[in-house]
Amino acid sequence: MNISANVFRVLRTAWPPVLLAAVLIVGWQLLADEVIHDAQVLPSPTSVVSAGWDQRSTIWSETLPTLRETELGFALSFAVSWLIAGAMDFSAVVRRAVYPLLVTSQTVPVVALAPMFVVVFGFTLLPKVLLVALATFFPLTASLAEGFATVNGEASRLLRSMGASRWQEFWRIRVPGALPFFFTGLRVSITYAIGGAIFAEYAGAEHGLGLYLNQMQQVFRLDLVFATVIVVAALSVALFAATYLLERWLTPWRRFERAEKESAA
Amino acid sequence: MSGSETTVLSGGADVTGEAGTTDTTNVAARPALEVTGLVQEFARPGAGRRSKAEKLRVLDGLSLTVREGEFAAVIGPSGSGKSTLLNILAGLDKPVEGTVSVGGSGAVAYMPQKDLLFPWRTVEDNAILGLEVAGTPKKQAREQVAPLFDEFGLGGFEHSYPAQLSGGMRQRAALLRTVAMNRPVLLLDEPFGALDSLTRTQLQLWLAETRQRHGWTIVLVTHDIREAVFLADSVHVLSPRPARVTRRFEIDLPRPRTADTFGLPEFAQLERELLEALGVHAGERAAAA
Repeated sequence: MNISANVFRVLRTAWPPVLLAAVLIVGWQLLADEVIHDAQVLPSPTSVVSAGWDQRSTIWSETLPTLRETELGFALSFAVSWLIAGAMDFSAVVRRAVYPLLVTSQTVPVVALAPMFVVVFGFTLLPKVLLVALATFFPLTASLAEGFATVNGEASRLLRSMGASRWQEFWRIRVPGALPFFFTGLRVSITYAIGGAIFAEYAGAEHGLGLYLNQMQQVFRLDLVFATVIVVAALSVALFAATYLLERWLTPWRRFERAEKESAA
Repeated sequence: MSGSETTVLSGGADVTGEAGTTDTTNVAARPALEVTGLVQEFARPGAGRRSKAEKLRVLDGLSLTVREGEFAAVIGPSGSGKSTLLNILAGLDKPVEGTVSVGGSGAVAYMPQKDLLFPWRTVEDNAILGLEVAGTPKKQAREQVAPLFDEFGLGGFEHSYPAQLSGGMRQRAALLRTVAMNRPVLLLDEPFGALDSLTRTQLQLWLAETRQRHGWTIVLVTHDIREAVFLADSVHVLSPRPARVTRRFEIDLPRPRTADTFGLPEFAQLERELLEALGVHAGERAAAA
């Protein structure tokens, strides 16, 4: 009964985007078949899918290095964001010193950095990992810093009256209190992650979906370009969805808070 | 007490001579909490830090003695420095002058006004927070608090999250956390202030009964005269700012206190006297509310 209720709920929230996507795909197919008639300008969805399916093993083998870069870059970004946001929470001086630099770091366009990283680090894994980290660490750091700072002053007084050290206070109330903020930042940054890796590969790589995209463009295989784009989009959506699963697992109490708010409203 | 030195003494060593004579009653001779000559001053907002004359004196030689097992209520007009006193008693601020000494472990268990249960911790894990902070291993702390849940009306809710509890239950959980700290004095800051009046009365009745059974030493800071008279053994009245204790009322209403206590003529009499001590005279009652 619970499962069917869940299925029903998913269907109810899923049908508008599914319907819209179906309409767009059908429109695209008609446009490609009836109006343009040129696969090098606009391949039809069916030709994109069949070309992608034919090349699935190649696409898959190019996907793995991209995922690897995303994973490492994101791990680096995760570690750096906790370190920086933690240091900002412990020291007002650090906070004042670091925050403007953080914001400035976001104004540097990735477009400009990617080729430069290739020049400096070569066609290795490192420039991709760094670019992914650079593209994703700001939303993480900013949301974490905000999460740490929103701790209730009364709560921290209570902890102090119990004799807690600053470290204990950080660990027991600031970290769990910041988790909901963290997941918001995580969702923003994860959508940049794969894009960042692709962009870095585009600028120069030996493997990866970005490189593949570049090559297919040069040989006018637009059907395979589209197929690759679909794979990238699917991966990003999957990662995005995974953040919800992770959030549900790591912050189990949030469901009850939401239920409480709904019943109060 | 002279000068600005603050000493927090560990009491209890001075009463060994009369041990054994005091274990049958709640009202024992040895002080569980002794506060002498507290003075607290703050810089006036906007005054900068110039001369001492610019300072705002909030507490002016406040003294208070609470015996072991005594339920003391501190009551005062709003703005009289109750929260300043609380901060000092809870060990969060240091007074300019005066001493606070707490028997036994040397610190009170503080329960703030809001329940402040942490939403990410289950009721059980909230209850053991104080023990965890003090370094007790989680498993041991859980075993230690386990017997309390039934008594606090929280049996079966150990693994619920605070958001799943009603207001009254949350307040009981917060009190459980305070009691679980195992400190000699409980310091309660208007624990029932945020509750609806029916729930508040229920909790007051429950607290009177439970406290009677355990013999907790409690300092309750409140502005609710009825609550103070109903629950306490003694009520300490603060003057308007700068605050000192102007009167101490012994509340000798019979125990156990029950819903009938509210109807006793002595209860009404004490309530009236307290109102007067707070500067509200007969015939002015409507204005006081």
